[in-house]
Amino acid sequence: MNKIALLCITASLLFACNSDDDNNIDTESDPVSVAFQFTQNWDGNEIQNADYETTTYTTENGTNLKLSKLNYLISDITFTAQDGTVYDASDYNLITARTGGNADFTPGIEIPEGNYNVSFTFGFDDEDNQNAAYLDLNSADGTWSVPEMLGGGYHYMRMEGTFEAAQGNTETFQYHTIRANKHSSLPPDMTTLEFTEDTSFVVDLGTIEIGNSTQIVVGMNVAEWFKNPNTWDLNVNSSVMMPKYELQIAMNENGSNGAFSLISATQE
Amino acid sequence: MKTEVMELLALLVPRKSKFKMNKFGILMGLMSLLFVACEDNDDTASQYMATPAPLEVPALFVDKILPPVIPEDNPQTVEGIALGKKLFFDTRLSADNTLACASCHIPQEGFSDSRPFSIGITGEEGFRNSMPLQNLAFNYGEKFNWDGSANSLENQMFEPVKNPIEMANTWLNVEATLQSSSDYPELFEAAFGTQTIDSTLVTKAMSQFVRTLISANSRFDQAQLGLIELSPQEQNGLNVFLDETRGDCFHCHGLPANPLWTDNAFHNNGLDAQFNDLGLGNVTGDPREFGLFRTPSLRNLKFTAPYMHDGRFATLDEVIDHYSEGLVFSETIDPLMKTISEGGVQLTDSDKADLKAFLLSLSDDSFINNPDFRE
Repeated sequence: MNKIALLCITASLLFACNSDDDNNIDTESDPVSVAFQFTQNWDGNEIQNADYETTTYTTENGTNLKLSKLNYLISDITFTAQDGTVYDASDYNLITARTGGNADFTPGIEIPEGNYNVSFTFGFDDEDNQNAAYLDLNSADGTWSVPEMLGGGYHYMRMEGTFEAAQGNTETFQYHTIRANKHSSLPPDMTTLEFTEDTSFVVDLGTIEIGNSTQIVVGMNVAEWFKNPNTWDLNVNSSVMMPKYELQIAMNENGSNGAFSLISATQE
Repeated sequence: MKTEVMELLALLVPRKSKFKMNKFGILMGLMSLLFVACEDNDDTASQYMATPAPLEVPALFVDKILPPVIPEDNPQTVEGIALGKKLFFDTRLSADNTLACASCHIPQEGFSDSRPFSIGITGEEGFRNSMPLQNLAFNYGEKFNWDGSANSLENQMFEPVKNPIEMANTWLNVEATLQSSSDYPELFEAAFGTQTIDSTLVTKAMSQFVRTLISANSRFDQAQLGLIELSPQEQNGLNVFLDETRGDCFHCHGLPANPLWTDNAFHNNGLDAQFNDLGLGNVTGDPREFGLFRTPSLRNLKFTAPYMHDGRFATLDEVIDHYSEGLVFSETIDPLMKTISEGGVQLTDSDKADLKAFLLSLSDDSFINNPDFRE
């Protein structure tokens, strides 16, 4: 038995063992990468660059607003096979929605073709949300970091714009989501922080067939952040949301309750 | 990078080596092919490499932010930096030999100008305050000037020389002046391998020098390194700076995780209801960007008065008062400006004083006194 014959036999055994029809995973073909595109809409109407600062949207509460900025972080895109095998590139992507910056993202992992449950994390979970740990995020957008006195780590989302206040004047809003942080009193400082709570959440896109050129389009319905279960009144809460524990919990509830969905999964 | 690879291959692969068909020979053969394919035999200047002088990036920067932006076609070199420094201080760049870059970017004034508007060779005023020069190698978006009109440091250098209200020269004249001088041809040869002086090489050299203008030794930096402690007033000022109910300065100016103290982005910070300078909007033509100007770094404020793009505020107190109670609404106002109908967040006098103390802790005396940055 020479080396080539041994290699052939080993390879055939390997393929035989890994070819698992029940799992719908094809390990015989070359592993593939998966392309994602992140899009935004307001109750189904796509939000494009030209809509920022020009298009008026009405919240569930009846408040008219215009968006100026929408940047958000996603992480840990995960592919889970039906046998429970998990493929996770452990990477992250900061999306600048207005300009389409990083809207197209391909996780740094290749997986066998097949059917997977696909999910990602909005923001960073606590394991990843380490203070000043990522040089690119420290350098992005002035800084994507959160002050240590607010628990540190990084923003999950910065949604900013203007709204028509109840008095008729135009005011600004800063809908910033971060890890919830509870303070004994406000304004916060390094002595007031009592505890933090992970308010990132997992977005489950369902089962998707992954082929050799799959593109998954994810949509964020921005209206959902103001809708359900908490009808948001910008006249009450438009600013200074970062240090307010209850607001971060409420934003988490709204975001995790249908703000993200699978728009399409296509084979190019 | 390409140049560095070629240099390395040149050392490894003799140009007329004999091939032997073993693994080493195959490897060398492939590398030779790569080298020959990349080589540009017709341009001796492009092959010349002066003495490399990588930027000395402070530990605080290395640990926290991305590396500096250095164009592949303009690596930092000892000879290039020295030439750039000489040019930066040389009045022969102006039409009447009276103005140098350093005339309006004055080292002891944080490479800015204490006049709201600098005066050109004709005596005419400009219309924007001279921007401080510091840590520009870390402007990752590479939008320079108050209005983002230059898309690289090298490109930025072209404008002031020919601007009629600044140096009012022509590049042809600058090239001829430098070419006929007794010293510059040799300095260009040392820096770039050619005695033929052109505007591109002039801007490259000056950019190399300006990239060395790194400021990272303020009191706050020293506190970050554990060398000193901030005063209680400075520490409280940092809290005001970071607190959304009070300063909330950090969403534009960064925080300790980003030692640049600017986002290098463009904002309308509520200065005017009507614009007499469209800023970024004048460059892009986008009405949504009318009245937006680049965020200046908060480093070295001690030396860089007056403030804002038009130098309207003579003191830091005036700047803080503006954000506290002087905000004015306009269509493109940045959403980070709060409580605009009341003029701002209404800081207390105590918070104002503490915020000012913190801001001044970001000033770096060693930067403006660095002999490497002086004529």
